[in-house]
Amino acid sequence: MKTFRLHLSGLKRSTRSEPKGLNLVPLWVVLAGFLLAACGNDMRDQPRYDPLAPAPGWPNDQSARVPVEGTVARDESLQPVPDTLPEPLTRELLERGGQRYEIFCSPCHGDSGRGDGMVVQRGFPAPPSLHGAHLREIPLRHFYDVIENGFGRMYAYGARVPARDRWAIAAYIRALQLSQYAKLDDLAPRQRKQLQRESREDTP
Amino acid sequence: MPQIFHPRVNGLTRILLAGGALAIVAFACVAWFLNRSPYSTGQGAVPEQPVPFSHQHHVGGLGIDCRYCHTGVDRSRFAGLPDTHTCMSCHSQLWTEAQMLAPVRESLKEDRPLRWMRVHRLPDFVYFDHRAHVTRGIGCESCHGRVDRMPLMSQAAPMTMQWCLDCHRNPQKALRAPDRITAMGAPAASDPNALLRRYRIHTDRMTECVTCHR
Repeated sequence: MKTFRLHLSGLKRSTRSEPKGLNLVPLWVVLAGFLLAACGNDMRDQPRYDPLAPAPGWPNDQSARVPVEGTVARDESLQPVPDTLPEPLTRELLERGGQRYEIFCSPCHGDSGRGDGMVVQRGFPAPPSLHGAHLREIPLRHFYDVIENGFGRMYAYGARVPARDRWAIAAYIRALQLSQYAKLDDLAPRQRKQLQRESREDTP
Repeated sequence: MPQIFHPRVNGLTRILLAGGALAIVAFACVAWFLNRSPYSTGQGAVPEQPVPFSHQHHVGGLGIDCRYCHTGVDRSRFAGLPDTHTCMSCHSQLWTEAQMLAPVRESLKEDRPLRWMRVHRLPDFVYFDHRAHVTRGIGCESCHGRVDRMPLMSQAAPMTMQWCLDCHRNPQKALRAPDRITAMGAPAASDPNALLRRYRIHTDRMTECVTCHR
């Protein structure tokens, strides 16, 4: 209440000192406030680094830093890499492997694994077929290691394909290999009948 | 007391008042349209890149999946940009002499990253998560457009709040089956409501402030 009265008396004094017209200063202040309210993008560009944002003054002017050699991610397993599939073979795992195979492997190795992918068709040296005798016999761990570290002209995919996906792809490659040498007897009776029916329909 | 104003001033006052009102409306209209125009939103803008990378060639021509390069898209907020190593997975053997790719080879040699320019940018007060969208039926194409037809990457959508809300209010139109997320030109789902249930999307929560501002 006291401050309110003081304020009023101040106002009165100011009108008295300028009796000729209205005091326009408060009006201008308010107007300028409106004008300035639209200025600045403080909320739009907050003082923080977005992923991969530049950071002048740091090495390569980059906010993202390379972790110290030997850094282990919090969710990374400290166990040595097992020699074979560390989890039960399920349909989900194979489907995951198939999806990841199509994303990362098929450009060169081709959907069928014969090394005739689109990038090979455009001139990349063809990788060996996954259906050769040597690769059909090789332990699953070989595919895991090749994905992680690369092989020959193939670059390492360890940074792009996490460990679980590497195993999933390895399992899928094995399934792909089996599929190319499947015999009629390997099929369930119902599938066998369907296949025989289809092949009859195909032959004129 | 003598008259200060001439009677003619009456008409002039009316014209001024009407003109003033009209000017306010016109100003509001211009501001409204300008705010939504590509000039403000950046829609269609093609930022200059260090290498003229063609999505048309790599996606449309070669059929390389989006996730080959943008590996973080289904497991983090940020879709991720390929490092030089990813480019060189193929270009260590292909187009090894191309002048266009000189900056890429230099980047590998000097271990210095390429400075790609961001094309789709949201304000910092927006919380956006690629994983949440990509693993719940929103295809890349819904926001980034037909990148398989873009020789140079351009901003496909206005990226305004209105545009976000259009989809958040009515996500059925954009939903796809999980195996068609990165497909280009995929037809609309035949039963979007089944997809809505499958992805367990709660439409009633998708327009809450905290969904995007946190």
